[in-house]
Amino acid sequence: MDLAYGPEYEAFRQEVRDFIAKHRDKASRRNEWQRLLMAHGYAARTIPKEYGGYGAEPDILKSRIIAEEFASARVPMGIANQGISMLVPTLLELGTEEQKRKWIEPTLKGEIVWCQGYSEPGSGSDLASLQTKAVEDGDDFVINGQKIWTSTAQAADMIFCLVRTEPDKPKHEGISYLIFSMKTPGIEVRPLVTMTGLAEFNEVFFTDVRVPKKDIVAGRGQGWYVANATLKHERGMLGDPNQAGSRLKEIVALMQEETVDGERLIDNPLYRDRLLQLQARVHAMQFHGLRLLTASAKKEDPGIARLIVKLQGCELNHQLAALAIDALGEIGVLYGQSPHLRAWGTWQHRYMFDLGLIIGGGTAQIQKNIISERGLGMPREPKLAKDNAEPKLEKA
Amino acid sequence: MEFGLSEDQRLMQDSVDRTLEKVSSLERVRKSAAAHEAYAADIRAALVDLGVPGIVVPEDEGGMGLKLLDAALIAEALGRHVAPVPFIGTAVMAPLALMGAGSPAQQRAFLPKLAGGEAVAGIAISERGAGAREGAGVTASNGKLNGKALFVLDFGGADVFVVGDRTGGLHLVWGDAAGLKKTQLTTIDLTRSIGELDFHNVEAEPLVSGDAQATTRRMLDAGRVMLAADTLGAGWRMIEKAVDYAKERKQFGRVIGSFQAVKHMCAEMAAELEPGRSLVWYAAHAFDEIPAESSLMAAHAKAHLSEVGRFVARTATEVHGGMGFTDLLGLHYWFKRIGLNRQLLGSPERVRHDAAVLQGWAAD
Repeated sequence: MDLAYGPEYEAFRQEVRDFIAKHRDKASRRNEWQRLLMAHGYAARTIPKEYGGYGAEPDILKSRIIAEEFASARVPMGIANQGISMLVPTLLELGTEEQKRKWIEPTLKGEIVWCQGYSEPGSGSDLASLQTKAVEDGDDFVINGQKIWTSTAQAADMIFCLVRTEPDKPKHEGISYLIFSMKTPGIEVRPLVTMTGLAEFNEVFFTDVRVPKKDIVAGRGQGWYVANATLKHERGMLGDPNQAGSRLKEIVALMQEETVDGERLIDNPLYRDRLLQLQARVHAMQFHGLRLLTASAKKEDPGIARLIVKLQGCELNHQLAALAIDALGEIGVLYGQSPHLRAWGTWQHRYMFDLGLIIGGGTAQIQKNIISERGLGMPREPKLAKDNAEPKLEKA
Repeated sequence: MEFGLSEDQRLMQDSVDRTLEKVSSLERVRKSAAAHEAYAADIRAALVDLGVPGIVVPEDEGGMGLKLLDAALIAEALGRHVAPVPFIGTAVMAPLALMGAGSPAQQRAFLPKLAGGEAVAGIAISERGAGAREGAGVTASNGKLNGKALFVLDFGGADVFVVGDRTGGLHLVWGDAAGLKKTQLTTIDLTRSIGELDFHNVEAEPLVSGDAQATTRRMLDAGRVMLAADTLGAGWRMIEKAVDYAKERKQFGRVIGSFQAVKHMCAEMAAELEPGRSLVWYAAHAFDEIPAESSLMAAHAKAHLSEVGRFVARTATEVHGGMGFTDLLGLHYWFKRIGLNRQLLGSPERVRHDAAVLQGWAAD
């Protein structure tokens, strides 16, 4: 156990601090800020130089120091979107040389915005059952079908999309991963308003959308394996304990400032006890995060410890928002543009949006299957026999 | 930056674990519980051979001179094997009392004996950690103690007791001192001995060479981390037992572990308990290396593992169905171990109140 970073890393931390102090006034100009961060290796740090990255050796401690310093200085990190977090690693691992050269650098620079076309109305947890068809026609695939939960689709230039190219093969083997422009004729985007009142997602409809066959990643029928290679990048981002840590600080401040009948919320022993229960959980998850970080740096497999982060982290964030709402009492239900609103209604928004995160990115129930099967070695649920797959109700 | 155990720590924990696997079997634990033994002498002897009682005692005094994190790894192993032996009092809190407030002569007289397993020390500071019940409290005047102390740790077979008085002073009392009445308290958990001491003008030797108040705080913090670590070990053993049972037990023509209702119970237990490991490690590390956070993190570890421990204990029992409820499987030894840990040295609510006070969020 050694919680000090040591001189080499402390020197690096100082470099980061100096950079932030010198350049922080440029942070509001998004694309310019991104290019500056890339030039200094604070964004796209480990992406090879030939594809526009900084080309540094992966060093998880340096990445953490960058994140810590940007967070504590309250300056924005580099652009984080699905193109950078999911498509770029996928292309690096499985793309052709031409695809890498064409897409990675403009994506990193924020010049191309991507959306992800995975889920469908009939294919959520059972993603591999997806039905959007891509039929070969000359040099193209012709795509018909529908995607859902497509965040940023209305602003996206491009989509990376799972489609069924081999309908006769078993479900996992008939999927391909295509990349194409959102301006292609036949694509319609409809905003999907969620319970928060905002259109945080979209539905995307494909009608005879023609995509050149060369815009496939890793070949026909390989889409499921490509998608799994990237889903691990997504799950790693959900349930971040540092987010819970900053939320906890906000709640402590709120409970010290807000009063009911002249009594501070933190002086109410019931709310305070809930705060302390959650504080212990936040610390546990933060230390758990340090443990996983150490395991990654040492290239050790932390086993079940890694599998629980999404489940526990998202639930913890949700419970923190719930406490803030409860402590605020009637004030806690104000929303929209209401008088007496606190913090732009953010606690209610978070409480609802977190529920979306508990469901999305692999539902809590799917997470529990993963934990019990991969972490505890428990057997899979037996598959229903084919003729039982669609159980019919008997007539009374 | 390295948040984890060293190779030495892993080896040490592994060797304690393997020894307990052999000597602290369920059959042995049952025998000890049925006989209401003060402690299982053979298991204790095996641990003495490994140097366990001297884990935090300085090497000069015959101990291993290790840190609280090392002691926590042992506590985890003891909880895992529901080992019916004294540890938290005699091997952790008593040495801390002597090192913090004892004179060099007192240290020399007791530490080597404790470290070598020749003596057992009980700890009577429950009133400081959990509050006074039944009118308990000890007063000291003219070298004599009067009053009573409840929930004394490592009670059975103790040769000497470290006793906290009402004003925060600490005293050593011989187990056979005149005027000392010892009464065993029977708890749900028959793997550890808990008792009551009644003092009628009992001769005592004060520990006055250091700050007794601060030392009591340190003992309490360390004790809380040990109880949390014990629950971590006992809880994980219960999860493993539940998973093993669910993989074997068949109903409706399938092993019950293939039903999601059962799998999800197991996943929830693991997901709840595992981050507690990092909290216990951090609290133990902070005890020695980050003094400003030591008491707060000990309180958080104690309260959190108590809550999660209760959830694991009842859920793992449920996974075993009716068999979990019987004496046949002996699962209840772990259930009760976790139950006792929860209440000792402060229930979760009380410990969280301490955590609030430590952060200036509540008055003492």
